[in-house]
Amino acid sequence: MENNKMLSGPDKKGHWGIFGGRFVPETLIPALLELESAYRKCSHDASFQAELRSILKDYVGRPTPLYEAKRLGDALGGIRVFLKREDLTHTGAHKINNTLGQILLAKRMGKTRIIAETGAGQHGVATATVCALMGLKCEVYMGKKDMVRQAMNVFRMEITGARVIPVETGTQTLKDATNEAIRDWVSSVKHTHYIIGSVVGPHPYPMMVRDFQSVIGKETRRQILKVVGRLPDYVIACVGGGSNAMGIFHPFVRDTNVKLIGVEAAGEGLNTQHHSATLTLGRPGVLHGTMSYLLQDKWGQIQGAHSVAPGLDYPGVGPEHSALKDSGRVHYDTIDDQEALNNGFRFLSELEGIIPALESAHAVAYLHKLAPKLAKGSVVVVNLSGRGDKDVAAVADIFKGQNP
Amino acid sequence: MKTSQNRIQNTFKGLKQKNEAAMIPFITAGDPFTDLTEELAVAMAENGADILELGMPFSDPLADGPVIQAASLRGLEAGMNTHNYLKLVQNIRRQSQIPLVFMGYYNMVYQYGLKAFAEDAVSAGLDGAIIPDLPIEEADEWIAVARRAGLDTIFLAAPTTPMERIERIAQRSRGFLYYVSVTGITGARQELPAELAQNLAMARNHARLPVAVGFGISRPQQVAMLSQVADGVIVGSAIVRLIEDGIRQGVPATALVQRIAGFVRELKQATRYGIKPGQGA
Ligand SMILES: Cc1ncc(COP(=O)(O)O)c(C=O)c1O
Repeated sequence: MENNKMLSGPDKKGHWGIFGGRFVPETLIPALLELESAYRKCSHDASFQAELRSILKDYVGRPTPLYEAKRLGDALGGIRVFLKREDLTHTGAHKINNTLGQILLAKRMGKTRIIAETGAGQHGVATATVCALMGLKCEVYMGKKDMVRQAMNVFRMEITGARVIPVETGTQTLKDATNEAIRDWVSSVKHTHYIIGSVVGPHPYPMMVRDFQSVIGKETRRQILKVVGRLPDYVIACVGGGSNAMGIFHPFVRDTNVKLIGVEAAGEGLNTQHHSATLTLGRPGVLHGTMSYLLQDKWGQIQGAHSVAPGLDYPGVGPEHSALKDSGRVHYDTIDDQEALNNGFRFLSELEGIIPALESAHAVAYLHKLAPKLAKGSVVVVNLSGRGDKDVAAVADIFKGQNP
Repeated sequence: MKTSQNRIQNTFKGLKQKNEAAMIPFITAGDPFTDLTEELAVAMAENGADILELGMPFSDPLADGPVIQAASLRGLEAGMNTHNYLKLVQNIRRQSQIPLVFMGYYNMVYQYGLKAFAEDAVSAGLDGAIIPDLPIEEADEWIAVARRAGLDTIFLAAPTTPMERIERIAQRSRGFLYYVSVTGITGARQELPAELAQNLAMARNHARLPVAVGFGISRPQQVAMLSQVADGVIVGSAIVRLIEDGIRQGVPATALVQRIAGFVRELKQATRYGIKPGQGA
């Protein structure tokens, strides 16, 4: 029973068991209630859904292909690997599935200004892009450290008309960019909609972002049934906040014979202080409006995260993942920086001519851990959440540093 | 249910008889070091503060502006944590009977354990607790354990809060209701919203306990004006800013304590002439 509830959810107050909820300053509560009610209305509104579907098709380029990476599968000992090509969407990552849904919602709510936080810059770019498309003012908070390592995305945001606000507090990465976005929203909530970039934050965000991202899993399910004639044995996705993973997992959660694997970033190693293995090493707690696993010290102070992939560099994770972990439905494992670079980024680029985002490279690299345990012909789907264009400069620097 | 000391309730009762509003300063524990916080707390109590709000530093204070964020960071760097915070409260309580209110984010309370925190807080000498990221919907268990321990639960209401909701928030509050003056985060403002007095009057009509107003209040004139429409006035960033300035200017600790005590005296004075006899609550 309890497990079954975990598989759907959340409840009325936005909880999956102890996880989720709405832990925000009182100032934001009415806005969250308004958002929730607007969202529930739109999710049953045929004209909203039709508009969303049409833009997803003609502007974003959906459905994205499910591509069988045969050379990859052969190199891994004869398994069948299918890549869900979110990297081929307009703007180059799954993030736009969510920003598009939210901007249509914001327009219906009459909001005139959009804010967002971003780590890798992909969510920022996806937000700036839909703001340009809809003619709304856009401001994006981004950690200063991330602005350096994802410089190309900063420029993409600016060229589409967004203002990128550097965040110099704390870790200067996604965590502090999120703090600043929330602070902005507390002050501007009347006319501003905050487009959160992952399945995190206060209710209804984790549910709403999951629903908008579920298009990934729904397509995958149809596509794999058509090509292979059965459901996959494994579905693998990287987990930062967890939106690309929730998006592809959600339509498979009730198919208990499909094994779901979320891959977190082990950074410089699980035995160091420099990782983002929130579900693997964290404890439940509250950050950014939700109860979920967290990297924190004994007293509840949040610890800095690290990953070579800026989009995974976050000490929290979506609450539904916490529930899926505790229920045992999803298995969470880790891949470190070096594995992501060599077994993910390089491996996929060389074998298939597809340069993955460093985030997605974690999911690809996990195949090396998994493949030896699999029977020949096993069917594995990997969510290729984004393309690596944004990362090539940073990776070139890393490889140069390693082979001077 | 344990009987609390009712220090907060008694303070508001006493002030009402004198037609004064409560002067409630806020400082952050451990900013810039723990002994100074102790000295400051005692000095403020002796110089007119009626209730003291003592912030527990947090790594991610998302309801706070730059001034209190920086104070939080200084506190953490000085080694402040929940355990040291409660020790500090004990030390202040030995020297003063001023009502002491915890202000801190939910994760710290949750990690300590709700029940353990409420009990240890009361034993240390705290009278109430403000948890700015804990809205009433998530607070059932906290309210239950705090009531049992005798710790006042102080919830916040904001300009965006509908009146019907203010009523529900007030019902769950003990000690006082914290009315947030601005739609925004903490930090001094040049001007307060024009409709603030009216909002406060309405909030007071809907609450059966004292209403204190905070966020953005920095000057004695503002305190004097608000003392006519609220039961208490909270001043945070303006005091924390004095600490920050003192650190930057290299002011010796004793001189800094005197400077802040003087400012608190001024603020307290403003709560006195603010309310003319026959007006107010
Ligand atoms: C390509 C890509 N994949 C994954 C992520 C991680 O986010 P999430 O876990 O929400 O999918 C990001 C975040 O920036 C990203 O850009």
